[in-house]
Amino acid sequence: MLDRRRLLAGTTATVATLGAGSFLGSIKALAETVTLPFENGERPMAKYPQKRPLILQTSRPPQLETPFSVYNEGVITPNDAFFVRYHLADIPLEIDPAKFTIEVKGKVDKPLKLSLADLKKMPAQEIVAVTQCSGNSRGFSTPRVAGGQSGNGAMGNARWKGVPLKTVLEKAGVQAGAKQVVFGGLDGPVSDKTPDFAKALDLDHARDGEVMLAYSMNGTDLPMLNGFPVRLVVPGYYGTYWVKHLNEITVIDSVYDNFWMKTAYRIPDNDCNCVEPGTAPKATVPINRFTVRSFITNVKDGAKVKAGETRLKGIAFDGGKGIKEVAVSIDGGKTWLPTKLGKNLGNYSFREWHTTVKLPAGAHELKVRATSNDGKTQPMQALWNPAGYLRNVVETVRVTAA
Amino acid sequence: MKATMRLAAAALTLATGMGFAAIAQTNAEAKPLKITLPDDTAAFKPGTNREVVMNNCTACHSSDYIQTQPRGPKFKKDFWTAEVNKMIKVYGAPIEEGDIPKIVDYLTENY
Repeated sequence: MLDRRRLLAGTTATVATLGAGSFLGSIKALAETVTLPFENGERPMAKYPQKRPLILQTSRPPQLETPFSVYNEGVITPNDAFFVRYHLADIPLEIDPAKFTIEVKGKVDKPLKLSLADLKKMPAQEIVAVTQCSGNSRGFSTPRVAGGQSGNGAMGNARWKGVPLKTVLEKAGVQAGAKQVVFGGLDGPVSDKTPDFAKALDLDHARDGEVMLAYSMNGTDLPMLNGFPVRLVVPGYYGTYWVKHLNEITVIDSVYDNFWMKTAYRIPDNDCNCVEPGTAPKATVPINRFTVRSFITNVKDGAKVKAGETRLKGIAFDGGKGIKEVAVSIDGGKTWLPTKLGKNLGNYSFREWHTTVKLPAGAHELKVRATSNDGKTQPMQALWNPAGYLRNVVETVRVTAA
Repeated sequence: MKATMRLAAAALTLATGMGFAAIAQTNAEAKPLKITLPDDTAAFKPGTNREVVMNNCTACHSSDYIQTQPRGPKFKKDFWTAEVNKMIKVYGAPIEEGDIPKIVDYLTENY
């Protein structure tokens, strides 16, 4: 596995001559810790290369969570604050983009090996889109379930630039009978016995013109830990499909059934994608689009605010229909008040909302609920599934006004 | 995927000879990138069979994968047995039969 990295990156000497941007992660975990609001929620803050201090969920493979205050800074999540999640520990730490290629193969007329330069010569498109880890908010699952125990910070919204996958597939010429497209990246397992990470999309989805190969994130190269130099962008879909360090695209004439599609990342196959807490679903399907969510970002749970007028703002998003409205409640969900939506950056982006409410002196439960353009909204009680996915309960922030 | 990468690398070697213009353009837009990850800071708690756990688990993941799991009466022996079995059956961890109870006991006692 190490050979693979060296092949790709060239020798250290070569990299040095080319003027490698070297980011040394010399700083250990910072002394500071945060406590996510669930049992056993204490986490260290840690400084990783190209990142500001983030919440350290796990160090190897790295899982870094965005501190929630970042979402109040703006609807675009800065690259240095963007969450990180890998599955397997053999991650690339050194890549020379001049030597990087993406192989397009399988059921195609003309297999391709695209360099980054090739990709950049093709017509580019941009999209603002959220990516969210399937396990975002798993720590709140009740009853608790095994897995990465994230708070609400395993999500981010960026402006992605790259080439539609459709264009690449057209160039290669998809053959009749093709069913799915499989994506592989440079990250891999430590042991050969561990299933390598790869994900698949149905062919129609893969060539919908929106799924893209992104080489730019918020106007600059992707950080290494977010998939440098190219990652798959699958707007509206959970992050598990957004394969990082994308180097293999394989068209197949069957339904891909590796561990990561067939066993992991499955949700109950019913209308709510949920089951009675603590029980197992009868049938499952691969996780797919985001459920609709919204958050208050400018007032923290447990905050003391001045009685009278209080401004509330936050973000909302869904799996791609776009946000129709966001309502807030200051009485624990009995009555709801409208809010104003901010600038529309597209149906896949965070949508800002804001309003001003009057809070009399005393304790209040503030709630926020978004509705998407297809009429879907958020449940008052959290839905449950065995893997702790799809959390989208109406969020509550308790404040005391005085 | 290894074999594929070697093929790709061979093709890359050919491609790099193709022209200065393309290379210059690539370099201007995306430079080689190398990062160094911070050391693991989390450590397994002291306890009986800690060494067995270190030997069997740390090749693939750091101890915070264990440290951050839910706590409480429902997350004891059955939970850890299921997790250890998952590591063996699903992720192919080469854990010897005799080490399984030692690992489960250590995890149950200390986490």
